[in-house]
Amino acid sequence: MTQQVNKRRRRLLTTLTTGVGLVGTGTLVAPFVASMQPSARARAAGAPVEVDISKLLLGQMLTVEWRGKPVWILRRSERMLQGLAELAGKLADPDSEVLAQQPSYAKNPYRSIQPELLVVLGVCTHLGCAPSRKFEIGAASGLGDDWVGGFFCPCHGSTFDLAGRVYKGVPAPTNLPVPPYSFLSDSRILIGVDQEEASA
Amino acid sequence: MMQSLLHWIDERFPLTKVWQEHMAQYYAPKNFNFWYYFGSLALLVLVLQIVTGILLTMHYKPDSTLAFASVEYIMRDVPGGWFIRYLHSVGSSMFFVTVYLHMFRGLMYGSHREPRELIWLIGVVIYVALMAEAFFGYLLPWGNMSYWGAQVIVSLFGAIPGIGEALAEWIRGDFVISDATLNRFFAFHVILLPLLLAALVYLHIVALHKVGSNNPDGIEIKKNKDKDGKPLDGIPFHPYYTVKDVFGVAVFMMVYLAIVFFVPELDGWFLEKDNFQPADILQTPPEIVPLWYLTPYYSILRAVTFEWLPGGAKLWGVMAMGFAIVLLFFLPWLDRSKVRSIRYRGWMYKTMLILFAVNFVMLGYLGTVNPGHVDLIWFKNVTWAQIGLVVYFAFFLLMPIYTKLDRNKPEPDRVR
Amino acid sequence: MMRKLLIVIALLASPALAQASSNNENLDSVHIDLADRLSLQKGANTFVNYCLSCHSAAYMRYERMASDLGISEQLLKDNLMFAADKPGELMVTTMAPTDAKQWFGVVPPDLSLTARSRGPDWIYTYLRSFYHDESTPTGWNNLLFPSVAMPHVLHQWQGTRTVHFEEVDGNKHFESFVAGVPGQMTESEYNSTIRDLTNFMVYLAEPAKLVRYRIGFWVMIFMVVFIVLSYTLKKEYWRDVH
Repeated sequence: MTQQVNKRRRRLLTTLTTGVGLVGTGTLVAPFVASMQPSARARAAGAPVEVDISKLLLGQMLTVEWRGKPVWILRRSERMLQGLAELAGKLADPDSEVLAQQPSYAKNPYRSIQPELLVVLGVCTHLGCAPSRKFEIGAASGLGDDWVGGFFCPCHGSTFDLAGRVYKGVPAPTNLPVPPYSFLSDSRILIGVDQEEASA
Repeated sequence: MMQSLLHWIDERFPLTKVWQEHMAQYYAPKNFNFWYYFGSLALLVLVLQIVTGILLTMHYKPDSTLAFASVEYIMRDVPGGWFIRYLHSVGSSMFFVTVYLHMFRGLMYGSHREPRELIWLIGVVIYVALMAEAFFGYLLPWGNMSYWGAQVIVSLFGAIPGIGEALAEWIRGDFVISDATLNRFFAFHVILLPLLLAALVYLHIVALHKVGSNNPDGIEIKKNKDKDGKPLDGIPFHPYYTVKDVFGVAVFMMVYLAIVFFVPELDGWFLEKDNFQPADILQTPPEIVPLWYLTPYYSILRAVTFEWLPGGAKLWGVMAMGFAIVLLFFLPWLDRSKVRSIRYRGWMYKTMLILFAVNFVMLGYLGTVNPGHVDLIWFKNVTWAQIGLVVYFAFFLLMPIYTKLDRNKPEPDRVR
Repeated sequence: MMRKLLIVIALLASPALAQASSNNENLDSVHIDLADRLSLQKGANTFVNYCLSCHSAAYMRYERMASDLGISEQLLKDNLMFAADKPGELMVTTMAPTDAKQWFGVVPPDLSLTARSRGPDWIYTYLRSFYHDESTPTGWNNLLFPSVAMPHVLHQWQGTRTVHFEEVDGNKHFESFVAGVPGQMTESEYNSTIRDLTNFMVYLAEPAKLVRYRIGFWVMIFMVVFIVLSYTLKKEYWRDVH
């Protein structure tokens, strides 16, 4: 009779102590795991970058660095924007269905908040090379008569249009990524902070 | 399902066999007391130091221009970094607390005696390796005390006649403590000594399990077995000592964590104030003091002040300090008593042991103060240190005599 | 026997413990209270406006200080950031070390950890021990740190005074202060300002201090619970052992 009671009490106490012990150990270990998160130094280095676009002319592109990667800011002309709609058949993801490649506010025909201004990461989605700009139209670009302007990656020949969308039949699988960004004013863009956060 | 997995492993690896031999069917004396917690606690601290150490090396920079700042980076910018750092710095002191108490247990109950001499010898090697590990680790923050402490200790090697200077240069990798020294001390602290310590602790436990644990009564439990061959005064380590050690861990961790959260510096005893200033080759701290656990030997080193000795006081100080550590190795053969445990020894050993312990603490204290001052009573600190040196040596060198002369009590047949 | 041993060891350890916190200087005590946010904010303001011109606090980031002290990013940018653009930056002085060396003979030390290396009492005493002294390059000297290269940056607040020394056996001893130009603050206002600055510097030396006591309290509660549980468990199993 006493033996049975003992066993039950033992099992209960053992389970309880083990459980509490595991909670304690977990609490001790949690900061260890957290310590591998980006530190304040990493977050400061990866801090949002403010860009002044007041002097950016039509057709001009400027490159800034954010989190170690190049960010292209291109002020597209009317002609550049018009050409975008006609390309649908030649593109792998014309409607930006792959949601990971852009924030929700860039899931539109221009892949940007304001149609005129493209903000995109200059990193080829194939293996990470930096594509070159190819804004010349037609044969002059070296990419054929029907080239309407965009970007060409020299590493393995992937091509992207002026909204950063990837062409069919090239090694790169997805559109160029659009980073989180927002407008602080008409002349200042903040790269790294989403539009909702910036207005909060 | 678990049974068949276990079976699969057991056919290829002695898992169950090791579990049985070393835990479930390893019989330990049933009369372990408070003093028997410290071995497993020391093992716990070793594991914690390695884990926190690995985490620190993810952020620490072993470069003389970056090291100090990287420690502050850990304290401020790394999430939870301050907690990891304090666990490691307080941990090094806790390591020595557990090891000193563990060694004292040995001295009290005769754990160094036949047939456990090898366990003791391996243990002394662990102790020396631990002091080296702490010494190398202390340079890493590259504070002013780190720098000057290393400078003093490495230059001691210069005292060795003939090869001394060349040896000191070889250790430093430079003419003074520098970036080269920091880098190699980092390698010693992070890889060499932890590997050595892990191997030594393994050997220490293997040697222990071969002969079985001693106990507070100092008698061999294997002498009285039941019909199944189990010691009458023994109990299986698992579950009895696993469950008891969990309790020991709980109490220990409460003390350890209390220090980490409330007094991590312990008013300069665990983190020295001078070390919050970066290493400055132009400015020596007013007192160069190692951390508390190394101070007894530092005291012995400084106690030898007689310049008339051939080779000079520095050389003899180094030799005295070295000899003080070497003496530990001879303990099993210096102790000639017919009984193991202090419970059955005569008044001579009891007196000498208490005197040794008090003296060791005094030497430790004297290692932290200016030798020329008078901080105790009557004599200058250096004079007390000299007395302390004599008492320390007397404990060991006179032991063959007083343990032989001592009038011991008869040992019991079974544990009490 | 065990108890006797422990008592003797404890008795012998006590002078050691007393010595550990001793210092040979006569320092005034300052009451540190890191829960006094207003004091920390005032101290931060003084520090940024008066100390950062020459000294760095190179291990502290502006935004960390702001978030710890309850200062909004806007207030931070408007009032506390002169030498940096982004809040994530480290609080470094703009004074070039080479210039400092030339002007003062020594580079003003970084102040991030001064409260841990010298202690708050030292800082509090030091900043209130300046006096006017014609014989030094800056015209200032300090009772706690003779011939210090630092001028009395806050003299407009404390006022100017000289010291009357007494010669005793060839040694100069402080006798009394001789009042000069009065400062903008009363003595008690100045002491309070310096206390806030010192309070801030204690925070600066160890930001984790703001949280570790609180976390530690809960950890202790948990540990007591776990000790009771594990002891009960041990006792239960050990009923088998006689």
